[in-house]
Amino acid sequence: MQQMVSHYQTRKRNRAFAVMTILAILIFIAFIISMNTGYIRLSPSDLLMTLIGSGTDKQSLILFEFRLPRIVISLLIGAGLAVSGCIIQGISRNALAEPGILGINAGAGLMVMLFISFYPSTSAAPVFLLPVLALLGASVTAALIFVLSYKRHKGLSPTRIILTGIAVAAGMSAAMIVLTLKLSPDKYQFVATWLAGSIWGTNWKFVLSLLPWIVILIPYVFYKARVMNVLNLGEELAKGLGAPVAKEQLKLLAAAVGLAASCVAVSGGIGFVGLIGPHLARRLVGPKHEMLLPTSALAGALLVIVADTIGRWIMQPSEIPTGIVVAVIGAPYFLYLLARSKA
Amino acid sequence: MSQHAHSLNEGNNGKPVAFRSRPWAATLILTGGVFALILGMFLSVSFGAADIHFAVVWEAIFQFNPAITQHQIIQEIRLPRLLGGAMVGASLAVAGAIMQGMTRNPLADSGLLGLNAGAGFVLALCFAFFPGLPFMYLILYSFLGAGVGAGMVYGIGSLAKGGLTPVRLVLAGAALTALLSALSEGIALYFKIGQDLAFWYAGGVAGTKWFQLEVMFPWIVAALIGAMMLSRSITMLSLGEDVAKGLGQRTALVKLAGMIIVLILAGSAVAVVGAVGFVGLIVPHMTRFLVGVDYRWIIPCSAILGSLLVVFADLAARMVNPPYETPLGALIALIGVPFFLYLARKERREM
Repeated sequence: MQQMVSHYQTRKRNRAFAVMTILAILIFIAFIISMNTGYIRLSPSDLLMTLIGSGTDKQSLILFEFRLPRIVISLLIGAGLAVSGCIIQGISRNALAEPGILGINAGAGLMVMLFISFYPSTSAAPVFLLPVLALLGASVTAALIFVLSYKRHKGLSPTRIILTGIAVAAGMSAAMIVLTLKLSPDKYQFVATWLAGSIWGTNWKFVLSLLPWIVILIPYVFYKARVMNVLNLGEELAKGLGAPVAKEQLKLLAAAVGLAASCVAVSGGIGFVGLIGPHLARRLVGPKHEMLLPTSALAGALLVIVADTIGRWIMQPSEIPTGIVVAVIGAPYFLYLLARSKA
Repeated sequence: MSQHAHSLNEGNNGKPVAFRSRPWAATLILTGGVFALILGMFLSVSFGAADIHFAVVWEAIFQFNPAITQHQIIQEIRLPRLLGGAMVGASLAVAGAIMQGMTRNPLADSGLLGLNAGAGFVLALCFAFFPGLPFMYLILYSFLGAGVGAGMVYGIGSLAKGGLTPVRLVLAGAALTALLSALSEGIALYFKIGQDLAFWYAGGVAGTKWFQLEVMFPWIVAALIGAMMLSRSITMLSLGEDVAKGLGQRTALVKLAGMIIVLILAGSAVAVVGAVGFVGLIVPHMTRFLVGVDYRWIIPCSAILGSLLVVFADLAARMVNPPYETPLGALIALIGVPFFLYLARKERREM
């Protein structure tokens, strides 16, 4: 009996590793394709030459200053948002939870919109100020939601956080609607593009500002995978097993907020990754967080890099916001999985 | 997956939910609500960009004289607007109540079913490819879009082997909503019609016309009667599918009937006012909080409270910043948010 169980577990683990390897290979392929996709095509040989440093100045400018940072950013965002969603779904035990539900997108969006509507000029909005503002808006919103859902002696319950998040997000969306109607058409166009999730931080500085969050928080969350397995059993059971439930929940939620807020700051409102990444991963490798978290990260990264490549390629020379492409390719696949699933 | 399903209605401690009902509170709401609604209607007809005296209102309704401008305003603008608001409020609230009861998900509302997104998508197509389409057709198309959206969610949800579980329905709704709104956003950005669409999304009953009401009225009344007939079964479903089956209920049939009612109610409401999101979510919560768990009380009380909310919010939308109107959807969210926050703090779990 013991042997059978462990045999089954080994097989499951092997399957998970296989899934992760395949995802990693797909990401690598997407990476290569993405590097030579865009308004100016780089042929594979050009690409190789440029990479080893013997391309023309123009080619290396395009590759190193425009494309590569953007590709790296889309990978980081995908991984960050998906892991954030995985945490939130895990601790709230709610299949619909995603970073947007914690009001993070709404908070960032409202802040950006407030700024744009009071900023005098219509076009040259200071590019580096926006992510900072978005991060500020997202963090303030997250803090607000924590405060509103905190109860003395009882701490934070995931249900309360989600309900509060929905209410706060709804309030902010309402404020955004009022502002929307008052914006001038070209300002509106700018905000709408940002909200639709166009990755516009195509610069190494954005990579550097995003990287620390991802590099610190994702390994931290992976390290907490076993804790999340216990939390996922339900609060009562987790307490019975001796887990300091409230403290762990708070730490993990803080990590989720940090990840999502930093990603949204750079990418605008890419909404769907945090919902679908973990779902896809769960269907591929099952509910154990040791496997689920890395798989979510890879699935999210793959989704965003593919979406970004398609968005740049399909309507050249203009581009479609990545968030829109993510939903357009992610949702049908998700629906297909849903329709096919047994449980 | 299934452990995620009912997480929001089981308590943190997993205790079974107490079965409570408060018929007295419900009776009070029904009678008081009707009086409040009548009062709200009078206020709504008489206040606005041009204030009109009650006596004139009375005359305009019962001794209509087309030569008097004020009579015209009342007959052609304010009355349809008011009745539209009341109907839409009742429809959205009852649709939300049925959704929440059937799916046992306190966050379910008609927006989640793909109705709003479907209507929005079709409208985006209309604005992009047939600008200047008459209002009548816009309404018809948005109703069509809402229906197709809901049909797709329902279809996809029930394609799966285990049948249509609540989680699957809500997940399919969320995914389809994301897909359709992404497509509408893309169209809006490409054709630069985003702001026009935003006006529709902001929601409002200002443009309601008599013919819309005439088209909607029989459907909504029939659907509300159907909802009342279904209310006992919904109460059982809200206790859990197994319980309902154990009590001998044919749950698939009840769910199908419930979905059709929701589609009619929410579809016509969305067609008239656009996406007013919060009514279907908060009014049923509020009602359950007040009257308990019996849907025979929840459904009529939700209808009354929903009407009240929309009628008074619309009144406020006109009064806040005259002669400009504040978007109705935004105002309702403004009223709804603090209340919802309070509910979230109380964290009542009975469905």
